[in-house]
Amino acid sequence: MLLEIKGLCKSFHGQQVLKNVDLSVDSGDAAVILGPSGAGKTTLLRCMNFLETADSGEITFGGVTRQLNAMTKKEIRDYRMQTAFVFQNFNLFFNRTALGNVTEGLVVARGVNKKTARQIGMEALRHVGLADHADKYPHQLSGGQQQRVAIARALAAKPKIIFFDEPTSALDPELTGEVLGVMRRLASEGMTMLIVTHEMEFARTVSNRIVFMEDGEVVEAGETRRMFTNPLKERTAAFLNTTQNVRLEEET
Amino acid sequence: MSNVWTLFLESFPKILLPGLTMTIPLTAISFFNALVIAVITAMAVYARVPVLTQIIRAYIWIFRGTPLLVQLFVVFYGLPKVGVLINPFPAAVIVFSLNEGAYCSETVRAALEAVPVGQFEAGYCVGMSYLQVMRRTVLPQAMRTAFPPLSNSLISMVKDTSLAANITVTEMFMVTQRIVARTYEPLVLYIEVGLIYLIFSTALTFVQRWGEKRLSAYLKRG
Repeated sequence: MLLEIKGLCKSFHGQQVLKNVDLSVDSGDAAVILGPSGAGKTTLLRCMNFLETADSGEITFGGVTRQLNAMTKKEIRDYRMQTAFVFQNFNLFFNRTALGNVTEGLVVARGVNKKTARQIGMEALRHVGLADHADKYPHQLSGGQQQRVAIARALAAKPKIIFFDEPTSALDPELTGEVLGVMRRLASEGMTMLIVTHEMEFARTVSNRIVFMEDGEVVEAGETRRMFTNPLKERTAAFLNTTQNVRLEEET
Repeated sequence: MSNVWTLFLESFPKILLPGLTMTIPLTAISFFNALVIAVITAMAVYARVPVLTQIIRAYIWIFRGTPLLVQLFVVFYGLPKVGVLINPFPAAVIVFSLNEGAYCSETVRAALEAVPVGQFEAGYCVGMSYLQVMRRTVLPQAMRTAFPPLSNSLISMVKDTSLAANITVTEMFMVTQRIVARTYEPLVLYIEVGLIYLIFSTALTFVQRWGEKRLSAYLKRG
């Protein structure tokens, strides 16, 4: 197991938003976290990269188990060096070009020399089909292109896992496709990904594991095909069905 | 009328010279110091560093809440009472730096707070530390936002340096006063010195425009 979370709890202002969450991701997994709004999906993902500090629970990564709320700054930084995060609203560095965004972490955090960083950066941009836009600033790019730059930034770090927090929610349907396309390719190349999304079709066709959450709890987790065809919990069935029905209604 | 013109032309270099040797250096040095003070204090308050934040707030409170002229008098005429003797020019530099630093600190803090938190989060996620993100990403963006209001402060300061005449700094205004005392032509001469301040301010306005353009490469409305 590449990454395992056990007993993660998190409260905001006395309200518990994550209750004893267990979750594991294996190398090569494309795991999707599904669930209604307010289920705690984003908070869970943010706790897993220490953008929020969990109240309790433990994390096992690369065979080492630690308390989520007792990690030192250095341990967190080491962990972040091996992971990457793609945000809903991209969070590209506004004052850097596309290439600058990709190389920033390499040069500043990892001490990679500029020339090598540039090569890695161009390679990553090529991977998401944006090599031609390397010198553009974020505001000169469309939302979909910005998110692809953000994915290139994630890739450049050669992470063991990439967390995606609703990567297409800020995009209109036309731009959603290009981002999902890139993610689909990463999955097929074996990149380990943990994805919070509302894109059912993507979850169904690309992921190999589904984690269904509601009210801060994992209701059910399992292999994708089984989750869609034979869910064990009624609530899972209802959620996956309703969203699918809505889709069908929209299509007809 | 021709007398007036002659006086105007003759006194012009006499007033301009202390402008170049006093007003501009006083402004430049003080404003540079003020910027250093502003950036350091604003970052400390932004990061809510305990104790330091309270000290900085008190400093800003005092320097914004009392007249600049009073501050000049306290430092130049008051401090010698307790054995601290400071020459006019350095005294003026100290007061202008601290006074301007207090105002600019708030400008820079507001600009820092205008940078979205996501910029930090993105930096952390690629392995950068707080200070690395601050230096490379957040502070540069904040300084771009702060640039126009800071230019405002600089232009105010050029004019405020005339107050230094009160603590015997022989800057433009004091020199003008001396010429007036000799020639009894206050109208012409005070308009003249005003004009020279206007020239300085106008030059700075152009510098501001040029600077904004240069710093705007990454902004939507360049």
